[in-house]
Amino acid sequence: MSVAPVELQRPETDEQSLVDKPWLTIVWNDPVNLMDYVTYVLQRVFGYPKPKAEKLMLDVHHKGKAVVAAGARESMERNAETLHGYGLWATVSHDT
Amino acid sequence: MAWFRPTSDGVTARFAQPEAAIIRELVEQVVELIEPGIQAPLEDEFAAMVGMTDPMSPDGAEMPDDPVVARLLPDAYRDDPEAAQEFRRFTESGLRSAKVESASTLLATLPPRGGRVRLSHGQAEAWLRSLNDVRLALGVRLGVTDDFDGLREDADSDDPRNFSVQVYQWLAYLQESLVAALS
Repeated sequence: MSVAPVELQRPETDEQSLVDKPWLTIVWNDPVNLMDYVTYVLQRVFGYPKPKAEKLMLDVHHKGKAVVAAGARESMERNAETLHGYGLWATVSHDT
Repeated sequence: MAWFRPTSDGVTARFAQPEAAIIRELVEQVVELIEPGIQAPLEDEFAAMVGMTDPMSPDGAEMPDDPVVARLLPDAYRDDPEAAQEFRRFTESGLRSAKVESASTLLATLPPRGGRVRLSHGQAEAWLRSLNDVRLALGVRLGVTDDFDGLREDADSDDPRNFSVQVYQWLAYLQESLVAALS
């Protein structure tokens, strides 16, 4: 029995990076991805509890996008890469 | 109709032969689109290990021409083409490989004639990602937008896209059942 290892990208809450305007991982709405699937991916990738993952998914669905993580740029890029592996469209941007 | 259910250590579903044939065909098409862009690893061991492509090579740094491939390998920066290029240069080959690997797991565990399929948790996750890639590809080809249901109503019965639309919707149900079985 084997379980594929999943790299949990915990959002960083490093105070210094927050003061220095953090980088963000943003997930964008798209018409193909199923709502339950997006919720599942957010739980799996970030370790969010289901209610939080669902809320973020609904933000993506209704508002067109949602910030799913904040922190150091490299970490946000890794998040985007992992999310692309699941077929979500994720981008990285600097908080302004 | 194929429908995933949880087992003690994974998931299971039974596929009719036509269902297996359709899924295999679509997954193989995605592999054909994705695989050619995988770059040979650099000679440097570390670079090869992390899947880096040759940073001097112009290949792999541009958004792919095929809209299906572009959707499967999207830009990671919306407003910064240079950053998007850099990101793509370092990560695209690895992402292509990962998607081909998920597809390979699916193809290895779905018999061409169908039948009872039992998947470990890890294999089920690979199926989930691979099925999603297939739906993304179909979505691009069908021009799916948020008001997609409207498309189905006014499609006339001779529309050759109807079959693809039905497959697209059937795969949505299948993927939903897989998410539910994994949750």
